Amino acid sequence: MTSVDLTIALPEILLAIYAMAALLFGVWFGKDRSTGLLIWVTAAVFILLAALIALGTVETRPAFGGLMVDDAFARFARVAILLSGAAVLLMGQDYMQRQNLMPFEYPVLIALATVGMMVMVSAGDLITLYMGLELQSLALYVLAAIRRDSLRSTEAGLKYFMLGALASGLLLYGASLVYGYAGTTRFDGIASTIQDGQLSVGVLMGLAFLLAGLAFKVSAVPFHMWTPDVYEGAPTPVTAFFSTAPKVAAMALLARLLHDGFGGAPGDWTQILAFLAVASMFVGAIGAISQRNIKRLMAYSSISHMGFALVGLAAGTAAGVQATLLYLAIYVTMNIGVFAFILSMRREGRVVTQIDDLHMLSKTQPTAALALLILMFSLAGVPPLVGFWAKFSVLTAAVGSGLVWLAVAGVIASVIGAFYYLRIVYYMYFGEEGQPLDTDISTIQRGLLIASAAAMLLGVINLFGVDGAAAVAAQALVR
Amino acid sequence: MSIADFAFYLFAFVVVTSGLLVVVARNPVHSVLWLILAFLSSAGLFVMLGAEFLAMLLIIVYVGAVAVLFLFVVMMLDIDFAALKAEMARYFPLASLVGLVILMQLALLYGSWVQAEGAMGLRQAVTPDMAQVENTRALGLILYDQYFILFQLSGLILLVAMIGAIVLTMRHRVNVKRQDVLQQMWRDPAKAMELKDVKPGQGLN
Repeated sequence: MTSVDLTIALPEILLAIYAMAALLFGVWFGKDRSTGLLIWVTAAVFILLAALIALGTVETRPAFGGLMVDDAFARFARVAILLSGAAVLLMGQDYMQRQNLMPFEYPVLIALATVGMMVMVSAGDLITLYMGLELQSLALYVLAAIRRDSLRSTEAGLKYFMLGALASGLLLYGASLVYGYAGTTRFDGIASTIQDGQLSVGVLMGLAFLLAGLAFKVSAVPFHMWTPDVYEGAPTPVTAFFSTAPKVAAMALLARLLHDGFGGAPGDWTQILAFLAVASMFVGAIGAISQRNIKRLMAYSSISHMGFALVGLAAGTAAGVQATLLYLAIYVTMNIGVFAFILSMRREGRVVTQIDDLHMLSKTQPTAALALLILMFSLAGVPPLVGFWAKFSVLTAAVGSGLVWLAVAGVIASVIGAFYYLRIVYYMYFGEEGQPLDTDISTIQRGLLIASAAAMLLGVINLFGVDGAAAVAAQALVR
Repeated sequence: MSIADFAFYLFAFVVVTSGLLVVVARNPVHSVLWLILAFLSSAGLFVMLGAEFLAMLLIIVYVGAVAVLFLFVVMMLDIDFAALKAEMARYFPLASLVGLVILMQLALLYGSWVQAEGAMGLRQAVTPDMAQVENTRALGLILYDQYFILFQLSGLILLVAMIGAIVLTMRHRVNVKRQDVLQQMWRDPAKAMELKDVKPGQGLN
């Protein structure tokens, strides 16, 4: 246990210390009056840490005897998690204030969940994986129920908790089977016991349980049942958080577990992932059609998008991991833009979440409607927007591994999914006349909405170099 | 049959029997008592395996704290266990079918169970030489040295659980009369009391 190990885990340690200090500060000074300040400071800390990680070393460094590993892959995922967390914190503040929902524990819990996510993506051991996952999940359960006088919010928290605990149980059972087979929980140790690219029945069963547990966290079908209810019931800033950072973390964790631990036998897990991917893409696309609540719609949309991200992983190659990382980065950017708008949806000061409320938005808020139009086209995967290139890259990776049927299924699912995205656009531009939404969108929300839409347009040129970073990250993971 | 064999079968039999009785006992208090017996016998099994620290932990934590807590909950909360059981009986056929399927799958799994070739070596690589150190020390060495970052992380998880419990349940009530000890002690009889001379037949105005 040397100082070198601690230096490698420095971002996690700093964030954990910050979270505890913020908690003490909140308790001692001002209680809920300090929430606004804490939200700003937490977002600033996230951005600083992201800069620290992004500008740090480029080598691969294992820490604590392999329990954690800091490589380009972990850095990419951690930067994505931190930046999206900061964006969600900033754009949610206005909403929380208007709803009079300002417990100072909110930014603290988000910071602690982020520590868990950072540990997840740099896990090098099944125990680290579980610890990070549980730290993240537990904080998220509380966040889902944070509006405790609302029946829906508490129901969302309870539902998420119950199903999450079940998923954790499955995951632990799988981990114990894998340990029974391999005699170690370390990913490199597990990899060393796999020979001839074949898994024995016992460890395959363990892997299936591990995948089931993680599929729950990324809300892949058939483990998606909680998603619409939790997204709808949780306060909207929390929903925005759910649909961004934890998705990146869980998907990155999945990639790390499969490539670091079971990279020797890709044939055994790519078929499971391919099934999860197809089921998620179709259920997400079809389920969203009948949704009138935009939060539920975004939940089904996220299920479908996770299916596409899984297509990249199912390819089982470095190109596939790169495509998945790129997909996640783009998906998170689009989601931040969309949620920045959803957070501002009010009529006469009251929060509304139905898609019927968007009728003729182009009349009252032409800029926001245009930005939302770009984001919806991008989410649907209409060329030449960036969302199209995200889908294109994962499907190309699938074709590259000979999974042509998976790519074809992806194209069909994205055509079905285009329907409900385009319906929103239709409502905004050709809908019926009705009572318009309030037009006082806060500066941060407007800024993030427009920035996200602009990124979807301008990113076409060179994707802001994210694909290069994703390629480096994928190279570090798949050797 | 040696004494050790006899002890093993005794403990194992008691664990299984009391485990069964936990589930089928009608009175929930009896269930908890059977549970305590199951814990004690498992502690005996751990001692036989040479894991005396785990045995102690089982008795102190599970019997001493968890089971007693259960007992408290069972006694203090007025839960109608008969109704719960009746509810359970409705799902019994389906549940037993699912259970049977899982059991058969597990049987299949263990029938073809193999261990990786290097697994025993990897398993022993992390533990200190058991001839040199007793297992309490060995556990400590692993937990607080090798796995210290995980130990700290579990601390953070507990912190989140605590924050969650507080944020979800504690209410700050206004207008609640609370005891202020300092104020009470600094009270001055001269200021706290007012003596009035009440004239007969007039009363206080």
